[in-house]
Amino acid sequence: MTKNILLVGVGGQGIILTSKILSTALINDGYDVKMSEVHGMAQRGGSVTTQVRYGEKVYSPIIGKGEADILISFEKMEAMRWIEYLKPEGKLVVNDYAIGSAPILAGTAKYPKNIIEELKEKVDTLVLNAHEVALELGNVKVQNIVMLGALVKEMNLSNIDWENAIKNLVKPKFVEINIKAFNKGLKLR
Amino acid sequence: MKKLLTGNEAVARGAYEAGVHVAAAYPGTPSTEILENIAKYKEIYSEWTPNEKVAVEVAVGASMAGARSLSAMKHVGMNVAADPMFTYAYLGVNGGCVIVTADDPGMHSSQNEQDNRYYARHAKMPLIEPSDSQEAKDFTMEAYEISEKYDVPVLFRLTTRVCHSKSLVELGERKNVEIKPYSRNIPKFVATPARARVHHIELEEKLKKLEEYANNTFLNKEEWNTEEIGIITSGISYQYAKEVFGDKASYLKLGFTYPLPKKMIKEFSSKVKKLYVIEENEPFLETEIKAMGINVIGKEKIPITLELNPDIIREALLGEKSKIVEQNKEKVVSRPPTLCSGCPHRGLFYELGKKKDVVITGDIGCYTLGSAEPLNAMDSVVCMGAGVSAAHGFIKAFEQAGTKKKVFGVVGDSTFFHSGITGLIDIVYNKSNATIIILDNRITAMTGHQENPGTGYTLMGEKAEIIDIEAICKAVGIKHIRTINPNNLKEVKDSINEAMELTEPSVIITKWPCALKKFTEIDMQQFELKPQKYYVDSDKCKKCKMCLNIGCPSISFDEKIGSIIDQDTCVGCSVCAQVCPFDAIKKVGE
Ligand code: SF4
Ligand code: SF4
Repeated sequence: MTKNILLVGVGGQGIILTSKILSTALINDGYDVKMSEVHGMAQRGGSVTTQVRYGEKVYSPIIGKGEADILISFEKMEAMRWIEYLKPEGKLVVNDYAIGSAPILAGTAKYPKNIIEELKEKVDTLVLNAHEVALELGNVKVQNIVMLGALVKEMNLSNIDWENAIKNLVKPKFVEINIKAFNKGLKLR
Repeated sequence: MKKLLTGNEAVARGAYEAGVHVAAAYPGTPSTEILENIAKYKEIYSEWTPNEKVAVEVAVGASMAGARSLSAMKHVGMNVAADPMFTYAYLGVNGGCVIVTADDPGMHSSQNEQDNRYYARHAKMPLIEPSDSQEAKDFTMEAYEISEKYDVPVLFRLTTRVCHSKSLVELGERKNVEIKPYSRNIPKFVATPARARVHHIELEEKLKKLEEYANNTFLNKEEWNTEEIGIITSGISYQYAKEVFGDKASYLKLGFTYPLPKKMIKEFSSKVKKLYVIEENEPFLETEIKAMGINVIGKEKIPITLELNPDIIREALLGEKSKIVEQNKEKVVSRPPTLCSGCPHRGLFYELGKKKDVVITGDIGCYTLGSAEPLNAMDSVVCMGAGVSAAHGFIKAFEQAGTKKKVFGVVGDSTFFHSGITGLIDIVYNKSNATIIILDNRITAMTGHQENPGTGYTLMGEKAEIIDIEAICKAVGIKHIRTINPNNLKEVKDSINEAMELTEPSVIITKWPCALKKFTEIDMQQFELKPQKYYVDSDKCKKCKMCLNIGCPSISFDEKIGSIIDQDTCVGCSVCAQVCPFDAIKKVGE
């Protein structure tokens, strides 16, 4: 059975790196994997998404609406934007963290309230505050790896060699803090 | 060894393994990473060219000289490159020549979604369409065999989802291909009308042979499961079709789609009860199959616009719709891309946007975002180079109509080299008083920071001559040239006001490195690039919201506190401080 994971957030949150680590570890464990990312304008503060599909044999690199087994959102408004891609019986992993978009920063729109509460009513939801955890570790940038830890736990894949994948893809001087962040994420449940 | 590669990385690998010697491209999403990855192989000479036409011409020259060559571009780039391509198809190759087009169905970052498979038919070039990374590599290698065996350049077509999705690829060794000997062959390589008439006849013969090849190549294959449903498909659409139908259909999977393998298609279609053609965007296969008198279901069910996906196919052909969790639209505010914090284009567009009675013709690049809220400083965007030439067109029409409006054209540094220069020549030669603003941020930023003739470095990382934009403008006959720092609003304003009064053409060069750029030695010498931050003194902030008009993503507003600058992302360009009427924005530490 092919599993579908949709990672969403805002440009600059390290989503592409996260999905690379995810894919690499899954491959090393023997899965067929396809990963798809959207480039371009997204890098300039837009909404960003990557998709990882894994299983015995994977065809399409992309998933459609109502097909993600897990939706992992690095920013809470993005969770609402992409919720239609989650299977109704799927799982939402959401970072309780807000990043205003251009209209919000300009004061022409307000950042919506109670997003997480509303999503919780609709689907099975795991809320975490990866930003806080990353701050405690001393580098906000590892928020993404905290999220990855939580995701791996959720996927029941903690037995895969994640540290190795992190080592291979993260700059040497950041390996240690990233592994710490990963382990923190694992234990957030 | 197996490795997870994107389609672009796989094409690069394929070129390496096929023994390619020379590669040239102009960056453009989704094709950019092909050359970036080729550049990692020291065995291949690779370069960024000023535009796609030059890239193809470099590949043509190298191929004539006996080398295996490659040229890559995004779909709209092929429009620029079409001229040499069509004729090279007539002439045929010496060393194998492959031209890659990366199309963008769904327009993730493009101004249209043209289906470049039609270029194959139009230019009479064999067409190859891989459907994943492994095929991207294998088919690239086969493309060189075809090119040399049939004496014709090959068109290699990718789409965004093939370019930018990763899947496993089995790596091989580089084949050592000698550069073929070159000897002058005027009848072959000089396209005069008399010879071209012969070439055309020869090319038609080659196409017949290529159709035979199409019927026998491993690039095209049947996959048999059932006789109930047959699907003819190519490229990424194959993966989508497999996802939906699995083994409930039989497939004719086409990797070589021009000339079409007609015999194969006839045989396949005669063996199935129901026949679908599943392809993204245009009915390229369908039209030709229907013209063969074969009954197929295609575009009447499968949309012609935007990107295809398994969902769309499932709903269109099987009437099945997946259940979804509904989004609450009220809780999703749009998140449009914006000019980055500290982007050097901000100051220019802020001042330009305030001018009444002007027309601003724009261009393709980060600066296209100057057309968005809150700057709103652009009237048109068509293609690379049109920022310059369209300005001239506006002026000529206004002259005839008696309209008194100043026209500004904006163009980036890389785009200026790409196709801005010719437009500028037109402006001087045909006399209009356009003011062209060259936004020189010292890099090709939009596609992810590639070097260009102005930056002082080549794709392969060597130091290069810096082509001096100011000197070029002077050389084509512009007399009023001002180079300014766009982060200094007074300079920006003065230069715009000065240009408003001129009755002859002029150029303003805004010169400051892109905020996301990795600064080079040269940048460090030329600009004062001290890291600094700005903050808002909330006691002095009168909540006038003036600073919000510049649209810097680091600035937000709180009804109680006033404006706030995010210290993590501010790069200290000082534009906001110059806009604040109450001196509430200050440099940290001052
Ligand atoms: S990448 Fe550079 S040029 Fe482009 S918007 Fe950002 S700062 Fe401006
Ligand atoms: S100085 Fe002002 S305009 Fe420049 S990056 Fe910082 S907040 Fe933005």
